[in-house]
Amino acid sequence: MQATNILFLILGLGCFAFYLGRGRSLAIAKPLGGIRHLHSLPSYYGFHAALWCALPSLFLLSLWMIFDDLLINSMVMDALPAASAPADSASYNLLLNKIANLADGILPRSGESAALITAADQMLNYRVVSRWSLTALILTLSLVGMAWGWSRTAPLFRARPVVEAVAEKILLACACLAIFTTLGIVLSVLFESIQFFRSVPAFDFIFGLDWSPQTAIREDQVGSSGSFGAVPLFVGTLLVSAVAMVVAVPIGLMSAIFLAEYANKTVRSYAKPALEVLAGIPTVVYGFFAALTVAPFLRDLGEGFGLSVSSESALAAGGVMGVMIIPFISSLADDVITAVPQSMRDGSLAMGATKSETVRRVIIPAALPGIVGGIMLAVSRAIGETMIVVMAAGMAAKLTANPLDSVTTVTVQIVTLLTGDQEFDSPKTLAAFALGLMLFTVTLLLNIFALHIVKKYREQYE
Amino acid sequence: MNQNASTAGTKPAKEAKPEAMQTLELTDNEATVGQCFTDKPKMSMRNVNVFYEDKQAIHDVSVDIAKNEVIAMIGPSGCGKSTFLRSLNRMNDTVDGCRVEGKICMDGEDLYAPKLDVVELRARVGMVFQKPNPFPKSIYDNVAYGPKLHGLADSRVDLDEIVEKSLRKASLWDEVKERLHQAGTGLSGGQQQRLCIARAIAVSPEMILMDEPCSALDPIATAKIEELIEELSENFTIAIVTHSMQQAARVSHRTAYFHLGRLIEVNPTEQVFTMPAHRLTEAYITGRFG
Repeated sequence: MQATNILFLILGLGCFAFYLGRGRSLAIAKPLGGIRHLHSLPSYYGFHAALWCALPSLFLLSLWMIFDDLLINSMVMDALPAASAPADSASYNLLLNKIANLADGILPRSGESAALITAADQMLNYRVVSRWSLTALILTLSLVGMAWGWSRTAPLFRARPVVEAVAEKILLACACLAIFTTLGIVLSVLFESIQFFRSVPAFDFIFGLDWSPQTAIREDQVGSSGSFGAVPLFVGTLLVSAVAMVVAVPIGLMSAIFLAEYANKTVRSYAKPALEVLAGIPTVVYGFFAALTVAPFLRDLGEGFGLSVSSESALAAGGVMGVMIIPFISSLADDVITAVPQSMRDGSLAMGATKSETVRRVIIPAALPGIVGGIMLAVSRAIGETMIVVMAAGMAAKLTANPLDSVTTVTVQIVTLLTGDQEFDSPKTLAAFALGLMLFTVTLLLNIFALHIVKKYREQYE
Repeated sequence: MNQNASTAGTKPAKEAKPEAMQTLELTDNEATVGQCFTDKPKMSMRNVNVFYEDKQAIHDVSVDIAKNEVIAMIGPSGCGKSTFLRSLNRMNDTVDGCRVEGKICMDGEDLYAPKLDVVELRARVGMVFQKPNPFPKSIYDNVAYGPKLHGLADSRVDLDEIVEKSLRKASLWDEVKERLHQAGTGLSGGQQQRLCIARAIAVSPEMILMDEPCSALDPIATAKIEELIEELSENFTIAIVTHSMQQAARVSHRTAYFHLGRLIEVNPTEQVFTMPAHRLTEAYITGRFG
């Protein structure tokens, strides 16, 4: 039986165990005079039986899934006659792949050596045995678990604490899963980066002013040996993000103030969702809007003023990115502004302050930490944004502070380094991981900073 | 103070007293009992109705507040006394769906006239709230807020002087003079409330509205505020809403009793608490409801 089928079998048995356990507790309770004579509610007895039925089997299933391939592979390889046994680990893997392909029928069997054919057959055999023994084991384990859970159902048995404890463990496991995934990503990026820094010194990477990652693959090729100075990329990222924030912060903040302080209920109920639609537009749509509409418009506009604006400019990409970020800032700022107690507004208005004086002198200062926190989150969003800059900012790694020029960003370079056919041991591709690591570090620091500010703000009113 | 328009309402109520005392039901169109009106009122209300959306919170209230008088509004919860107070400096404007009808005049000027500047009105009629609400600024900036707003100080020295004077009047100066630039929110509840009073008087208002200013304070802080109210009444007209009848008795010159949105009785405080003119007032002050 396939693993998925086994999974469904376990779940089905679990449900069945639930009804058995619950039914038994009800049956026991009846002669005693109702379920009030049980320690726990009948559903807890049901869950107890279901957990006993399903959890051990699920555990066994996952262990089996992890180890059965390894076990089968090594058994097959060990059984190979000495003559065709592989010499080193590279040829070991090659041979193993070949046997697996033969077994799966991907490679034709004709013309292969008898030893390999036998090995392939053996592999098929082992797999069948493994599957059936797994099914049998799981079935037995589930049924035994179910029986055990069922038999423990008794008026004085405390099923509720047991179920609660298990529920807590399951929640913990889910939380750990998320954390370990993040950790896994960080570590994989870290290890690849370390590999990169073996061929390119970290100092050259972080402080180098020249970025051209094209390396010659063969000795006789013409071409640069590649230089990996990340400064132009980070400057480009900063430039585009800065343009985005110049657009997003004032507009987002002011629309938040309008929505929170001035708009009446009707306006608010339409304007707020309309603003949040901006957040729902896919970034690729923003990207071609920037590349096809905004950038040519800016170029033509620039010509009118006698300015030379590149047709892929930081201004176009940053401006459109700013529009994308507006709902981010406005909804976060709206939240913190609404969280300022009404008594502050009353106090200020009762002093004879106008609405805008109240907003300027009391509301904004009181909400400032929260607003700054929101802006920080928006900045890390802008730094990590990819699609718009890929389409509208250009590829040339120029070290410039002119927003009318085309620049490239860290994310754009990661995309170009890793798309298409690549070899994953050259510094060129590994550079992507180093860039990713630096980007991750920067946004992480910004996020920590932002969360710290937001937390400080919370303490103020509690 | 004279006793003109209200006498008509007083007599039938008194005659009906023995049997009416039995019922605490409020009959419609009962006129306010007692001394509602004065000759030269600081503020005068005529036939004031206040609505929240469709719900009427204040029914046909007419009363005068004399200059430098402390008038206390008492009554059971939800009787409209806070709503009434908030209509005196148009703080009800900030509540969606609130509508005020009738005439409210200060020194003869209609407060709800279209051309009236609300900002100016609120500078003339200060307000202290139930819960101390100092701004999250320093003590100094809290007091200086109003003077800065209305351009009352031309120089830093002027401002310092106003701040000190206001804090002294609110009898808070000695406690905070060493830490004027620390956060106002760091003070104790009673100090915060006195800071709010200092903030209100820093713009030299003519009248101060107090909405249950002591309900969030302990007895000692309450005693200090009450003492302060007495001192302030030398310079300001004060209208105070309170839940505590003892407090009304201690600080006010006149007491107004509200019941279900109607003004039942207005009389000198002593009289209200010794010889209430209306059966509902008597029922309230003797603790039969409230």
